[in-house]
Amino acid sequence: MMTHSWKFWGAFLLIIFLAFTVVYPLISILNLSFRGNSNMVWIDVLTDNYYLDTLVFTTWQAIASTLLTLLIGIPSAYAFARYNFPGKRLLRGLTTVPFVMPPLVIALGFIALLGEKGIINSLLQSMFNLDDAPLRLMNTIYAILIAHIIYEFTIVVRIVSTAWANLDPDIENAARMLGASQWKVFSKITLPLLLPAIIAAGSLIFVFTFTSFGVVLILGGANYATLEVSIYTLAAHLLELPAAGVLTVIQMTITIVLMAFYARYQQRAALSFNLVPNKATTMHPRGKFDKLLCVSNYIIVLIILSPLVALIVRSLISDGHITLTGFTNLFSNERDSFFFVSPLQAITNSLLFGACTVAVAVPIGIISGLLLGNSANWRKALLDSILMLPLGISAVTMGFGFLIAFNQWGLNLTGSWTIIVIAHATLAYPFVLRSILPVLRTITPSLREAAQMLGASKGNIFTRIELPILWRGIVVGAVFAFAVSLGEFGATLLLHRPEHTTMPIAIFRYLGQPGESNLMQALSMSCILMFISTVGFVAIERLRFRNLGSF
Amino acid sequence: MIKLLCLFLAFLVTGIMPLACTAEETPSSPKELTILTHDSFDIGAAVIAEFEMEFNATISIMKGGDAGEVINKAILTKTNPIADILYGIDNTFLSRALEENIFIAYRSPLLDNVPDSYHLDLGNRVMPVDVGFVTINYDHALLATKGLAEPETLLDLTDPSFKGTLVVQNPATSSPGLAFLLSTIAQFGETGSYTYLDYWRDLKDNDVLIKNGWSDSYYGDFSIHGGTRPLVVSYSTSPAAEIFYSEGKYTTPPSRIITSTDSAFMQIEGIGILQGTSHEILAKHFVDFAMDRTFQEDFPTRMWVFPVNKLAVTKGVFADFAEKPATSTRLNSDSIAKNRNRWIKEWTEVVIR
Repeated sequence: MMTHSWKFWGAFLLIIFLAFTVVYPLISILNLSFRGNSNMVWIDVLTDNYYLDTLVFTTWQAIASTLLTLLIGIPSAYAFARYNFPGKRLLRGLTTVPFVMPPLVIALGFIALLGEKGIINSLLQSMFNLDDAPLRLMNTIYAILIAHIIYEFTIVVRIVSTAWANLDPDIENAARMLGASQWKVFSKITLPLLLPAIIAAGSLIFVFTFTSFGVVLILGGANYATLEVSIYTLAAHLLELPAAGVLTVIQMTITIVLMAFYARYQQRAALSFNLVPNKATTMHPRGKFDKLLCVSNYIIVLIILSPLVALIVRSLISDGHITLTGFTNLFSNERDSFFFVSPLQAITNSLLFGACTVAVAVPIGIISGLLLGNSANWRKALLDSILMLPLGISAVTMGFGFLIAFNQWGLNLTGSWTIIVIAHATLAYPFVLRSILPVLRTITPSLREAAQMLGASKGNIFTRIELPILWRGIVVGAVFAFAVSLGEFGATLLLHRPEHTTMPIAIFRYLGQPGESNLMQALSMSCILMFISTVGFVAIERLRFRNLGSF
Repeated sequence: MIKLLCLFLAFLVTGIMPLACTAEETPSSPKELTILTHDSFDIGAAVIAEFEMEFNATISIMKGGDAGEVINKAILTKTNPIADILYGIDNTFLSRALEENIFIAYRSPLLDNVPDSYHLDLGNRVMPVDVGFVTINYDHALLATKGLAEPETLLDLTDPSFKGTLVVQNPATSSPGLAFLLSTIAQFGETGSYTYLDYWRDLKDNDVLIKNGWSDSYYGDFSIHGGTRPLVVSYSTSPAAEIFYSEGKYTTPPSRIITSTDSAFMQIEGIGILQGTSHEILAKHFVDFAMDRTFQEDFPTRMWVFPVNKLAVTKGVFADFAEKPATSTRLNSDSIAKNRNRWIKEWTEVVIR
């Protein structure tokens, strides 16, 4: 009786949460979009070559971004998983920083680094005596792909390295001893065992880039559009809701179907085996190969972060001089604006929203993970893909949905602080789910059975066995939840009161006005955002609770 | 532990419920007035405080995106309005909003202080509150270095010597971008030997760069902020703002604007009371307040637009350097409403696809 009840209640509450935060707003907006005779719209949109091209572009750039990020991220994940090197935690924290930066800020970093007057072009020009800038990446597909790699790199690093760190090296060593080549060990043993984690990371990246909005809108110029950009143009500016609705449904269907296949595949790929504590698998780099790997890891991360470094440099230089005015000006409200918040206030707000988001998203993620659990079937796969919906639905559509859905029966949207947290948590829990699922599925059932035989209750098994093993996955999920909240922009902008201004909102406000001082303040606030998020990520990773965290 | 998690979730779900209830207003507690506006809205804290004191009110401001997005949000939620007042509806979106009947008519007595040319709606559903001009800004220092003459008309930009110098915003995603497209339509027309589309074909041949937003084009591509293009579509007040925000570095503007007849587009922004408000009287007070001198004299150096009230006096950098282009194009707002989406589509076909 009791064994079923928690699952029942967990599922029940999850459904209520999802119904409230996802399904109800979605139905509200689609209902409005398709009011009246809308069959023609379907035909119009489906037969319009432009939208077909957009769909093709959206898909291939997402596939390309996912593969490229995995390619670059997996070696780095290996280094993070297997070696202890100085500054490891800080370096891993840094990989997540781009994740919270507004695309507009990343774009400015790009320009400072790779623009025609950027650092690299200037260097190349002076080195080779060139008249024109040799690198012209801005407003091309390359800018979009590079930005996607910068944003999503951390997903591979964190999710894959967590799995890798608990992989027993003895399995590999045994195979080596039996005469298998290094490549054979990797392709026949390591890769299959890591596959669930790689797929988890890959699916997240795919969904993220498939619905990419800010990066494409800002870095691609007007020449590139994903479905999400088209939905934004149609809904927000042209008010052609029926067409936007059709695209939303198409985008959502594709994500659900793909995610269901992913989930199903992931269930099958999951092998349960003995996980070992992370301490037993990491070592200090000894041989040449080890050292080379660690050094290249530093270099990879540095390259990923280079636009941000360029931005920090830019924030300190105005008119050829080194200056701190951008930072000092942040603190003064000499013009007494109604919308002014001190940077300290903005930092506090961001941290509070972040902490609340973690507190809400992590339990939801754990419950969804336990519900999906070990049983593998299509029903679970479909549930899995539906749970991923917050990332797969058009954010623009959801924004409108929230407005319509939660503006009835005396609900007051603007005043509420909680609704911002709910919006952040809805976007964040899929990360928690994806972070713990690969670990959850590898726990050997015999561990549970043994404990059960020894008389442990369900709850005991969870707290004594599953939770300690899951802890690292949970921490990774918490880091992402925190990052999602820190960087979230669209929902916050609409729902916040001036006193709830977060760091990205402040950056955006400065960049909305012309003038050097505004630019400098925006860049300085971006630097503060980078610093605070790094500190936050490292702090979350250090979280320990009794014996939790040592695995 | 699992039970605890479930309990927590239950707590969360029930925690959502209180959202549904807003505090009852007692006669003495301040009334909350919600203003829906665009991202660029800014006003002095003291100005808002003055209104709140005088009328025992609390002002809550909701920023819903750029001008176009805000209007669309107001239209979408008209059955359950999200705000009492909409600030910042301009002549490019006016007719659409009027057709949807989202405003309550109110003729503020302060309209008498506004020149006729700024009046937006004969039916008084929207009161004019500020006015701005979208035009080409250029970096004259860089043009001089390149040995280029300063452009005087829009047609100059199609000259091969200006190849690769201009960045504009996509009218499908940006308000200034739309205003600039409209100014080319007003100037070159849809029929005749040289239409606005011919003009845009020439700009395209001249390697015009299209960005989706004002911020990324102005800070990313305009040469005075580290970009490479000396010409950008922006507001006529941007050069003055450059001085204002330069920390004393500039005493004259680092950029200039094209001022020739018909090259700028006049955006008159209005304020309107949304249908369904439960604070109609307070909202009317706010409309009067926004059109009055205190408010009108406060916003020029914040939003970089001109006051519409004749009695309002601008000061400092704004008075010295903010230019009002002499005559400016003004398409009839009915024809904008009727044709906007078609124009954008035609433009997209020619320039982007």
